[in-house]
Amino acid sequence: MSDSRLKISNTDGVTLVEFIDRNILDEANIQAISEEITSVIESADVPKLLISFSNVDHLSSAALGALITINNKTREKSGQLHLANIDPQIYEVFVITRLNKLFNIHETTDEAQSAFAS
Amino acid sequence: MGNCLSAVIYLDRSVSMSDKNTQIQNATKVVLERNRDKIGSLIDQILEHAKGHAFGDSSLFAIRLAIEEAITNAFEHGHENLDASLPIQVEYAVNETEIQIAVQDQGPGFSPSDLPDPTLQENLAKPSGRGVMLMKAYMTDVAFNDKGNRVKLRFESPSF
Repeated sequence: MSDSRLKISNTDGVTLVEFIDRNILDEANIQAISEEITSVIESADVPKLLISFSNVDHLSSAALGALITINNKTREKSGQLHLANIDPQIYEVFVITRLNKLFNIHETTDEAQSAFAS
Repeated sequence: MGNCLSAVIYLDRSVSMSDKNTQIQNATKVVLERNRDKIGSLIDQILEHAKGHAFGDSSLFAIRLAIEEAITNAFEHGHENLDASLPIQVEYAVNETEIQIAVQDQGPGFSPSDLPDPTLQENLAKPSGRGVMLMKAYMTDVAFNDKGNRVKLRFESPSF
């Protein structure tokens, strides 16, 4: 895992995933990220996943596709996925694609953390 | 002179209206392989030209997103069943009022009007099919040639 593109940590049963790259654009990178998060989902009985975009400047439709697949897999296991810290320009991409209706999006990771409890 | 004129008329007839819409005058042409570093540096190079013509941050965000989507589509879908080493062609021209970028692959093409609307409720959870709609959302206009293997993106600077 020395070439991991993610920082993964656990707080109160919630897995926080942060990106190392500022740009999540290319296929190989997205596939690696996707596989790493999928293994987190598969290893949990009921996955509680919080993905923070605090370092991210750009993402592509392929990255959105990977997030959707991650969301579908989380739901298959009756888990929860929350997103946080999305830059306003990137949030606009979610709005244009109406994916803000599909995902639970929060301004901060603290806000997202409390959404898991509720 | 007469010969020149007839040659021009002949050329015009050989290109359909929609193919003409995807041409760029005085473009810089680049043959691009499927290599992340090369793709990244070409996009940076195009954006540097745009910065030089005072395109702002939100314009640069839009342009980067649209070019990424066009290049990804060319390799992922256009060259889906072709040799992975085949390159695509990228053309661009930038001035103070607009930026034009064309991306052409060597594939069989597709029909953009057949694409399902990814924003419909029944398509929201599908992981693919958002590239063309994002290009259209962020660019001033997006045109495909008849064959569907070439797309031209045009973005007008908001300050003009």
